[in-house]
Amino acid sequence: MKTGTTTTRVLGIFALLITTWVVVSAFFLTPADVVQGDSVRIMYAHVPTAWIAYLAFVTTAVASGLSLVRKHRTLGFDRVAGASAEVGVLFMAMTLITGSLWGRLTWGTFWQWDPRLTTTLFLFVTYVGYLAIRRVDVDPVRRARRSSVIALLAVLEIPLVHFSVVLWRSLHQEASVLNTDGDVRLDDLMLFTLFSGVVAFTLIFVWLVVHRQRLAAMSDVERLVGLDVAITARRAESTVGGGGI
Amino acid sequence: MNAILAIARKDLRIEWRTRTLLARVIPFALLVLVLFAVALDSEPLLLRAAAGLVWLAMLFAAMLLVQRSFDVETADHALDSLMSFVSSPSKVFFGKALSMFVQLFALAVVLLGAAVVLYGARVDGDSVVLLVTVLITATIGLSVVGTLYGVVVANMSGRDSLLPLLALPVLAPLLIGAARATEAALGSDTIDLANGWAWVALLVSYAVVFGSAGAVAFAPLAQSDS
Repeated sequence: MKTGTTTTRVLGIFALLITTWVVVSAFFLTPADVVQGDSVRIMYAHVPTAWIAYLAFVTTAVASGLSLVRKHRTLGFDRVAGASAEVGVLFMAMTLITGSLWGRLTWGTFWQWDPRLTTTLFLFVTYVGYLAIRRVDVDPVRRARRSSVIALLAVLEIPLVHFSVVLWRSLHQEASVLNTDGDVRLDDLMLFTLFSGVVAFTLIFVWLVVHRQRLAAMSDVERLVGLDVAITARRAESTVGGGGI
Repeated sequence: MNAILAIARKDLRIEWRTRTLLARVIPFALLVLVLFAVALDSEPLLLRAAAGLVWLAMLFAAMLLVQRSFDVETADHALDSLMSFVSSPSKVFFGKALSMFVQLFALAVVLLGAAVVLYGARVDGDSVVLLVTVLITATIGLSVVGTLYGVVVANMSGRDSLLPLLALPVLAPLLIGAARATEAALGSDTIDLANGWAWVALLVSYAVVFGSAGAVAFAPLAQSDS
């Protein structure tokens, strides 16, 4: 059994082609920034990964909501929610890593406790917890219900975290160097490369989620069928050796 | 309302007979405060950090209390029977949150007392109102979030490690708000009383948001597998 179809293959090929273009353009064609120099090239990976992470968590929230509402498709939507969250956590990790590398080069420090960074960090930890609870082995329907509720609670949590961190920082010190993202002057090619990056990463995201949720569906089936197979096998053993001992 | 009070009374009676809070959680939280002092090893630093450390110890202790509160319910499927006795699942949620609030509030008072004794924190007459308001609102928020995530992990294997991982990020705004407001009430160079009240507004909205969310989410979470 495979998780690929013609559609996913076409999708994958497009993703590869556009990614190749982004790599070539980001490293060789686009100019270095006047202020930031070559470190601006990190942006072509950093911005798309952040965008994908947020897209993934929105997808998880929507799929979780649908999973709770549409009772007959609970498991299907739950698999999409789980797959999307896994990919989202991966991309958020990349966002944090590329971001702190860029921060080291530009601000001279890996981490700043500014509102956006702090919120992102809490978002990351929240979804790590979400994935942890998905790994607990319980009845799939119950797991779907639980994880859907947690995903929706995360939607409540994040604005509160963001608001409190903003308030926290504003009372302590002014954000000084941190609105640097806007300082980058983008020429047309840079903008186009950035946009291509977003498209490429979105295709990769869709590709990963489709495969991941098909894999989850297969492992659900395997669990059910596997049990039947095991029961049949035990029965067969007992009839073969039944007359003996 | 009667059902809420009855459930809260039941939980508090269990606490009174087992003395989990008195014999284990309070000593644990005090120990945490002592260990912070040893780790930081600086009296001015301790005084500056007192509010944050008190609330951090509160969060850790709350994790223990929440585990305890739901261990009682998952044994022999007690939660299932409890749910079938009340007209609305949200009553179970508020009942358990109420008993959690009573216990956590007692703990908060003890810990603040300890901060005064151990860290040299000072409570002035004019900031007492703010301090009490912060204690009440933050403890309400902590109770509802604790109860909500307690039922999420109830019955799960490995719940001891899952609960903090899930609940602590959600409690981050509460920790920020409660620590800063308490700092303002204890007298601080960086935050004045007016700012302290701004944080209380955050704590109130936090408690309202998660109180309502908990009332809605409790039913699908507490449903049994069948």
